[in-house]
Amino acid sequence: MMQTTLKAKKPAAKGLEKQTTGKIITSIAFAVISLLWIMPIVIVLYNSFKTNSAVNTNVFALPNKESCVGFDNYVNGMTFGNYPFYYSAGYSVYITIVSTALILLCTSMAAWYVSRVNDTFSKVVYYLCIFSMVVPFQMVMYTLANTARTVHLDTPWTIPVIYLGFGAGLAVFMFVGFVKSIPIDIEEAAAIDGCGPLRTFFSVVFPMMKPTLISVGVLEIMWVWNDYLLPYLVLDATKYKTIPIHIQYLQGSYGRVDLGATMALIMLSLVPIIIFYLACQKHIIKGVAAGAVKG
Amino acid sequence: MKKGKKPSSSAVTSSLIRKPIQRQFAIFLLPTFICFCIGFLWPFIQGIYLSLHSFTTVSNASYVGFANYAKAFADAGFRRAFGYTAEVAVVSLVLINVLAFFVAYALTRGIRGSNVYRGVFFIPNLIGGIVLGYIWKTIIDSVLPVSMSIRANYGFWGLIVVMCWQQVGYMMIIYIAGLNAVPEDMLEAAKIDGANGWKTLWHIILPNVMPSITICTFLSLTNGFKLYDQNLVLTNGAPVRRGVGMTEMLALNIAKTFTTANQRGVAQAKAVLFFILVTTISLIQLTATRRKELQQ
Repeated sequence: MMQTTLKAKKPAAKGLEKQTTGKIITSIAFAVISLLWIMPIVIVLYNSFKTNSAVNTNVFALPNKESCVGFDNYVNGMTFGNYPFYYSAGYSVYITIVSTALILLCTSMAAWYVSRVNDTFSKVVYYLCIFSMVVPFQMVMYTLANTARTVHLDTPWTIPVIYLGFGAGLAVFMFVGFVKSIPIDIEEAAAIDGCGPLRTFFSVVFPMMKPTLISVGVLEIMWVWNDYLLPYLVLDATKYKTIPIHIQYLQGSYGRVDLGATMALIMLSLVPIIIFYLACQKHIIKGVAAGAVKG
Repeated sequence: MKKGKKPSSSAVTSSLIRKPIQRQFAIFLLPTFICFCIGFLWPFIQGIYLSLHSFTTVSNASYVGFANYAKAFADAGFRRAFGYTAEVAVVSLVLINVLAFFVAYALTRGIRGSNVYRGVFFIPNLIGGIVLGYIWKTIIDSVLPVSMSIRANYGFWGLIVVMCWQQVGYMMIIYIAGLNAVPEDMLEAAKIDGANGWKTLWHIILPNVMPSITICTFLSLTNGFKLYDQNLVLTNGAPVRRGVGMTEMLALNIAKTFTTANQRGVAQAKAVLFFILVTTISLIQLTATRRKELQQ
């Protein structure tokens, strides 16, 4: 569905075409709208350099000599509250990376098995995966947290297994779609040359999957990094917090909270996302568009 | 994506490949399948089972039939949440899609810097619901005379603003792909026939981007129905009148019901109803997009 190019249409012709007055006005209008569009992030950025009372009085005011505290908010924010922010950030980074790696490895292998073996069991698994994509999390929120506790997967170190389980549907679906589109001849050639299934998979199929690996990886990273309810229910939040849980706890203590420091923490949680986006904008937009099929 | 010269259907899968992989079941499929059972299948089955039981923990469940469902329907908070969720979903659906379509339309007219603007519009989509909600809560509450959790009206429009900010960029990407696929010759024919901009938009472009419109409509509808994080952060259901959260959406209502120990059965029944609702919308979407694809 998303194979149509996302780039501007016929760039060669566009270069020759003269920019009409209407187009110039639209362009200027969009420059203004774009600036307004990222204003919320800009506001958080400059408020993160203001004192608590200055943020409270007027969020729109730029920091001035009296209200500016430099990087103090960032330093204080790290340890502020009764749970250090760098713990939350550490858990978030660990859970996101390990979950994504685990999902990519396991589901790509499973998808290859499902589409190449294609027996009754494989078909059942495949349809269950598609089914799981439409089930809202609330349906399993209580029982999933309960199951995770029963099988002792309720720690940050083991939560990637839960993410693999709940997130397998979309990933398997996307990988199967890709495997079905590649010719089996290459794999047959590898088998004739004496490769076992593992070697065929890792040296032939896996490298070919690169575009889908990137798309699925982007979707999973964004899901796990931003997820709030699943880790909140599965983990013991007094011991382990991720960034979204941390931010939500700060808001729970509204009124007593240092808003300047909170703004600094929000900024810190946005920095990885912005770097990630700037580094691979093209892949992210493609991956997200590919995930649109999940509905 | 590279397509093979002769796409291999499952029927021609050779035994050369099939048998050896099948023997490695434990390495390829089993790990994912076990995790899938723990993370989805078992909780799902248990969820349906528990919705017919009264329980405070899984071990002390006693069968009550459909009493939980009756209680769920009788719950004023749940009914209010359903109406409110539908309202939020429909209003956000219209606004998000109209805005996203016109942004996409303007950005495919070949104006200078459109790639940059596209990138900017997409950014909010990367931010998670909790952080996003917190950013907007800080801003909106400082503009309004009273907080969003005091006036339900403010809470409603605050939520709409947040949803638009988050989703317009996403839908825009899908619309841009659709707009770029409009056949060039049709546009030229319209131009030669003397159709003006609006006429071309209405008679040529809109019918051609219908598939994108269907996808985006249903995506924003399901997004609206499943919304949780933003609702939790912005108002957490407040203000409360006669025990009913005026800005509480379905997902939040279910999550809150679970926190009361003797209401867990009812909460699970609500969750099953919620699941049926969301699945129905998704199924309608699936058939709608299928039909569209067949027509082409």
